[in-house]
Amino acid sequence: MAQVQTQIKGRVMGLNGDEAVAWAVKQCNVDLVAAYPITPQTIIVERFSEFVANGEVHTEFVPVESEHSAMSACVGAAATGARAFTATAANGLALMWEILYIAASLRLPIVMAVANRALSAPINIHCDHSDAMGARDSGWIQLYVEDPQEAYDTTIQAFRIAEHPDVLLPVMVNLDGFFLSHTLQDVHILPDEAVKEFVGTRKPVEVYVPYLGKKVPLVLDPDVPLTFGPLDLYDYYFEHKMHQIEAMKHAKRVIKEVHEEFAKISGRRYGNGLVVPYGLEDADAAIVVLGSTGGTVRYVAKKLRKEGYKVGVLRIRAFRPFPVEDVLEQLRNVKVVGVMDRSASFGAQGGPVFLEVRSAFYDVKEKPIIVNYIYGLGGRDAPPTLIESIYKELLRIAETGKVEQLVKFAGVRE
Amino acid sequence: MSFTFNIKELAKQPPKLLPGHRLCAGCAAPVVAKLALLAAEGPTIVVNATGCLEVATTIFPYTSWNIPWIHNAFENAAATASGIEAAIKALKRRGAYKYDRVNVIVFAGDGGTYDIGIQALSGAIERGHDFLYILYDNEAYMNTGIQRSGGTPLGAATTTSPAGKVIPGKPQHKKPIADIVVAHRAPYVATASPAHWADYVRKVKKALSIRGPKFIHVIAPCDRGWRFDPSLTMEVAKAAVDTCYFPLWECEKGEWRLTDRSLVIAKNPQLKKPIEEFLKLQGRFKHLFKPENKHLIKELQEYVDMVWEDLLKRVGLKVS
Repeated sequence: MAQVQTQIKGRVMGLNGDEAVAWAVKQCNVDLVAAYPITPQTIIVERFSEFVANGEVHTEFVPVESEHSAMSACVGAAATGARAFTATAANGLALMWEILYIAASLRLPIVMAVANRALSAPINIHCDHSDAMGARDSGWIQLYVEDPQEAYDTTIQAFRIAEHPDVLLPVMVNLDGFFLSHTLQDVHILPDEAVKEFVGTRKPVEVYVPYLGKKVPLVLDPDVPLTFGPLDLYDYYFEHKMHQIEAMKHAKRVIKEVHEEFAKISGRRYGNGLVVPYGLEDADAAIVVLGSTGGTVRYVAKKLRKEGYKVGVLRIRAFRPFPVEDVLEQLRNVKVVGVMDRSASFGAQGGPVFLEVRSAFYDVKEKPIIVNYIYGLGGRDAPPTLIESIYKELLRIAETGKVEQLVKFAGVRE
Repeated sequence: MSFTFNIKELAKQPPKLLPGHRLCAGCAAPVVAKLALLAAEGPTIVVNATGCLEVATTIFPYTSWNIPWIHNAFENAAATASGIEAAIKALKRRGAYKYDRVNVIVFAGDGGTYDIGIQALSGAIERGHDFLYILYDNEAYMNTGIQRSGGTPLGAATTTSPAGKVIPGKPQHKKPIADIVVAHRAPYVATASPAHWADYVRKVKKALSIRGPKFIHVIAPCDRGWRFDPSLTMEVAKAAVDTCYFPLWECEKGEWRLTDRSLVIAKNPQLKKPIEEFLKLQGRFKHLFKPENKHLIKELQEYVDMVWEDLLKRVGLKVS
């Protein structure tokens, strides 16, 4: 996080990541929250229920009977013109799967916090990215945060990104389970008015409807006969998918714009909003990482740089849309890149982040060596010693040019 | 409150489900939807579960719906309705909604209600959302090609409960779905038949006057799946009521009442027709009339009698 000068004074609260998200939602004029309990997301909804019970928000809280219904209720609410939010993790996200695609394809700007947690089986409540990575092709924008402060900031930005007329896609704010969801930090909370001014209330886009001969708000309005979610076969389905693909392209620009605008009121900046680079100007070895591990990696990189090693970090904040241009730009001059994946893609060449980064460089003539480290599954810790050993290995590869193993599993028993 | 109406007056409204849809000739589903929407006079939003009605009325870029309509998925119509109803409450709270109350009406088939949708339905009723759920029950997964569901009756042949040499049709009875909803203590639960349209329209009107979750279970004969001539839909729907296979009743805040033809039959038991009168009209029960399967007709009759007698007790009428 980079500090920027700002005139707006907020307050500092000791909050964990979940509470930071709850506070953001409280300040964002959200009309509907529908959620189902699952560790480690639960605190978000518990805190928010308190805001509802104490009359601090106008929001309707719908304590649904499953995550599938949570996302279904969000779809109904968002189609009605409401600003809708939910939160989940792991198996809860998996249960929502079907409706994730529907929410994105109906172009409903729902925001969801995912406290990333390993998928069953075996059942495990701790952090990895297997839940969100499985949903990476569902049409949701995916942002990954590094600390509770960023969870707060990103949740606020998410509503603006989702509702932007050029985007109209749901946004998933990913915060690492327990590492962020349950870890306290001093979180700078903006004044309510500043956030309300920044996000406003949701204004549904207007669309021209040929059979009505006019522009109408794209919502379920009793006065306007609009059909949402019709059967759509080979004659139009493909074109509708093209619209989603286009919207994802626009999202890259909008994520950056909203991030920049937010920096002006908050004084906080995370790279350019898509990627957060550190020390890459002269790095021989770089680690690409998502989420809370980004902080550990930067800590180690700082230490190693002090010791004279040329190492850097590229934390990817937006995984969907994937910022190909920024990744190429930032890593162009690096000799060796180690991509850290907190999920496995069984049977694939490597982890999902690795595949994206490696594929991005295919057409580049002078490219770095790119290797993969799959780590931290089921909440396995990634301490500085592990990161340091990865850096040392990357530096060895930089020196010798020899890769012994393209995909490695870091921190697992042999 | 009485819920009298003049059908000629109601019919003057602009149609809410327009002609030109692709539902089969003889299908009861559009009749079920049209009659309900005639009764729903105020601002209305329709939620449709995946099924025949959804598929055949909306192939993009066409739609037959002349009112706001949403299809989300198969099992979540009640959850979608929850979101719509809750959203309207919140929008009203922040002064961003024009209407004080909107009819949120769900249309879902038996698959989307008895089976895959029962969890979402149960949750939405428990939470007390203000919506009307109309189940059009054609007693199998007709949209996917006549597979058995929890709503398929004993002995019926479907593509996944065929009339085989060893297993003659569906081995289980129909799930008592309306009773399950009553057990949630929903403020209004009723059954209806498109053949008894005045009774049905009155029930929809009454349901929409009540706040909270309401449920109407409508028998919706399917000529393709039940194997009868498309001209006989209403005859079959009538036979379902005349045989007490599908009695017409309502349960308002725990108080049970028989209505229309079923009330007449209760008072004049000699009018109750044997179950064969319903079965013989349909090809899906043809095999039951073979000598080796006749015991199934007996079993069905006993089941119908048991349910009917139980219903008579509930409404406080003695079984004669």
